[in-house]
Amino acid sequence: MLHFIIILALAAAFAAIPAFFPWLAFVFTLVLAKGFAALGVAILLRAGLISIGHALFYAVGAYTVGFLSSRAGVNLLIPQLVAAAVVSGLFGLVIGLFMVRYRGIFFAMLNLAVSMVGYTLLSKLYTLTGGTDGLSIATPRVLGMTVGREAFEAILLYGGLGLAFVVGIVVHRYLKSPMGEALPAVESNEIRLEYLGIAVPRVLLFAYVGSAVLAGIGGAIHALIVGHITPDLAYWTTSGQLVLVAVLGGIGGVAGPFIGATFLESVRAAAVIYAPDAWNIIIGAGLLVVIFFLPRGLHGLIERITRKGERP
Amino acid sequence: MSAPLLSVRGVRVAFGGVKAADGVDLDVNAGEFLAIIGPNGSGKTTFINLATGYVKPQAGTIRLEGRDITSARPRDVTKLGIARAFQIPQLFTEHTVLENLMLAVAANQGFWRWQSPLGSPAVREAAMDLLTTVGLADMVGASSNALNEGARKLTDIALALALKPRLLLLDEPTAGVSTDEKFPLMDRLAAVLRERGVTAVFVEHDMDLVRRYADRVVVWNQGRVVADGAPDAVLTDPAVLRDVVGVL
Ligand SMILES: Nc1ncnc2c1ncn2[C@@H]1O[C@H](COP(=O)(O)OP(=O)(O)O)[C@@H](O)[C@H]1O
Ligand SMILES: [Mg+2]
Repeated sequence: MLHFIIILALAAAFAAIPAFFPWLAFVFTLVLAKGFAALGVAILLRAGLISIGHALFYAVGAYTVGFLSSRAGVNLLIPQLVAAAVVSGLFGLVIGLFMVRYRGIFFAMLNLAVSMVGYTLLSKLYTLTGGTDGLSIATPRVLGMTVGREAFEAILLYGGLGLAFVVGIVVHRYLKSPMGEALPAVESNEIRLEYLGIAVPRVLLFAYVGSAVLAGIGGAIHALIVGHITPDLAYWTTSGQLVLVAVLGGIGGVAGPFIGATFLESVRAAAVIYAPDAWNIIIGAGLLVVIFFLPRGLHGLIERITRKGERP
Repeated sequence: MSAPLLSVRGVRVAFGGVKAADGVDLDVNAGEFLAIIGPNGSGKTTFINLATGYVKPQAGTIRLEGRDITSARPRDVTKLGIARAFQIPQLFTEHTVLENLMLAVAANQGFWRWQSPLGSPAVREAAMDLLTTVGLADMVGASSNALNEGARKLTDIALALALKPRLLLLDEPTAGVSTDEKFPLMDRLAAVLRERGVTAVFVEHDMDLVRRYADRVVVWNQGRVVADGAPDAVLTDPAVLRDVVGVL
């Protein structure tokens, strides 16, 4: 309960801050985009699987929106988001069928390899993807209404926050279900899971598809707020950033990746203004502090507070 | 006589030059408690690995009630009603003892759910019952990697029991369990197994336990069965005493 109240308070702060600093609205929408994708990465991290290729699904979500907008003329927010989730889920299913057989470094590297193939295709298939020029995305209509850019960005921020809440609850319930609790069990004792009669590949495939859907939703939000997408979205540095966000934020709770994304994007935004050359150092130092003092990430801070609160 | 529950014929497997199973023939009959004894490295654990599909034999067949399970995977064999406990306990070390058990109970009844909690009241109750059976009721909240070896063994056995198997394979169930706990544990275990009509195979080094709980004893040496019969007969056989019991 205390935990939920803290999350609510953080969400309220998240919603209020852009009202006082309007330039942060854009940054915070990107936070949500990265947060969704990093939550996907975090689900796999629970099973001890590090994907250094989830930017592929981020890009699939973004390009689904891009195709619908610039090629198919479907400029409707909700259908674009749903399509991004479905298409990235299908990619996750096909790629996942292959990935769930691998563990450890093989899983990490194969995800990296597949994402780099995706990056190359996005770059080279000029007529289809616009190559390195990318695609532009028009402001879509929302529930049948034409909205101005400013209103649309507000809708994206607050609608995205609401979506993050709903998705967060669904993912939280999943992680507490038998299939979700089996994820850390895959890491700690896969043999015993098999000896309980549980098909581990099926457990992992479900997680993989879910993580791809989350990354795809994130990519769609990214495409919509930035209004322009390039193959860099699928580049391995984007994947690395998603892992970084998940670890910084912590995988102990669904809020973790969103907290990590807030930290990362805020520091980056501040650094652009105040210390353009130092932002990597700041992020690196932040990561070191987290690794040494907060092994469960920034979310671990909440866990500490709530555990104190629960003690009689 | 009815067909055996488990029937193993001519099974061979070698690791490098080591013949861990060198033509094993063995029938396990429904309802019996079968003890396997034999020196370390004689292939007792390998037999359990073979029977559960963890190790694939290079020759021979394994049947469960006539059904060929020679090339089945552990999860298939598990679904057919064979459960095992491990010589070295295999637990979910990131979960508490109760969560370990709840995973096992859920595995057996409605695992593929993703929006209802693992710890439903029914699952929780079944898990508690199992922990009570093995005498770990006061350990529920403990992290499973904080347990001592004996408690880890008991948790491992409870995980196998949770599957409600027809055939339970126990690899040295009392190793690591303190001396004065061995008999009470086996008493409770045997009572539960008899009550549920479970057939049990247990690898055991303690001859007092074998005499007390086994209906039949099979002696392993160098990857083969070298003696098979009632405990009284086998455990007084001079060759067995010299080659096997003497070196345990
Ligand atoms: N997976 C394996 N790889 C290599 N050697 C193995 C493997 N499993 C068992 N062995 C070898 O097979 C022999 C029988 O082992 P095991 O079945 O564990 O014996 P026991 O349980 O009777 O002590 C030993 O020499 C052991 O080293
Ligand atoms: Mg052994």
